[in-house]
Amino acid sequence: MFTRSVVSNLLRSSARPAAFRSAPAYALRASVSPFAPLTPFQARLLSDQTRSAIDKAVASAPVVLFMKGTPETPQCGFSRAAIQILGLQGVNPEKFAAFNVLEDPELREGIKEYSDWPTIPQLYVNKDFVGGCDILVSMHQNGDLAKLFEDSKVLFEVPAEGEKKE
Amino acid sequence: MSSNTPVEDLIRAKITAAFNPQTLEIYNDSHLHAHHKAMAGSTSRETHFRLVITSDAFNSKMQPARHRMVYALLRDEMAAENGIHALQLRTLTPDEEDRQAEKKRAQEAQAQEDQPEE
Repeated sequence: MFTRSVVSNLLRSSARPAAFRSAPAYALRASVSPFAPLTPFQARLLSDQTRSAIDKAVASAPVVLFMKGTPETPQCGFSRAAIQILGLQGVNPEKFAAFNVLEDPELREGIKEYSDWPTIPQLYVNKDFVGGCDILVSMHQNGDLAKLFEDSKVLFEVPAEGEKKE
Repeated sequence: MSSNTPVEDLIRAKITAAFNPQTLEIYNDSHLHAHHKAMAGSTSRETHFRLVITSDAFNSKMQPARHRMVYALLRDEMAAENGIHALQLRTLTPDEEDRQAEKKRAQEAQAQEDQPEE
């Protein structure tokens, strides 16, 4: 798949944790940071390097969440709510990647400018910015999120009762 | 005497001026987060806000665009050290507010009906 091939070595190991497959519950793991260690000079403006790293992060899976903490142990109530909603919606863990902004100051600041969005969490679906926690909650409640995930084919497919899956 | 809620006052003033809102509710949830790790060392009692804004300014704009309008308005307050740490937003158009109120009334009526007889 194209998105896989552009993902750097650094990303490849982290964006698709093997743990996803075997996890019985909706257990997700935030990936290790794909970002290079900070240079002594930390530019205020988004550097090309950071931008391209974020481009790769956003493209690393169909559903990408930038959050504080990891899916198992979110470090902020809003990130926790976002993860819970993705679980309730039934997003397929294999089509999901989470990035912990607390592991990387450059990502934490960079993603805000990249998305023109000052808060965390931030959700991307098929590289399109969807919104933050409040937008996810309201889209979850009004059915827009279910529709978006269905249309984007990112949900975990459970064979319907009485229906045989090939 | 100076206000006890300078940040809230500023939010109110800015949003009123920019959006001429039909509804503006400002909730200060900071006390709920006072022991939250990210708040260590902060003495501000105005760090976490929840806003409900209904305005014609949001007509024909998607939710992310509406939130960006509010974020842009409060950019300095959010960027400031010990400034606004979290800002929950509910941004509606007057039509949406009406529809939601309608829905809520219908749900309440339904709940009333569903109530088991004592």
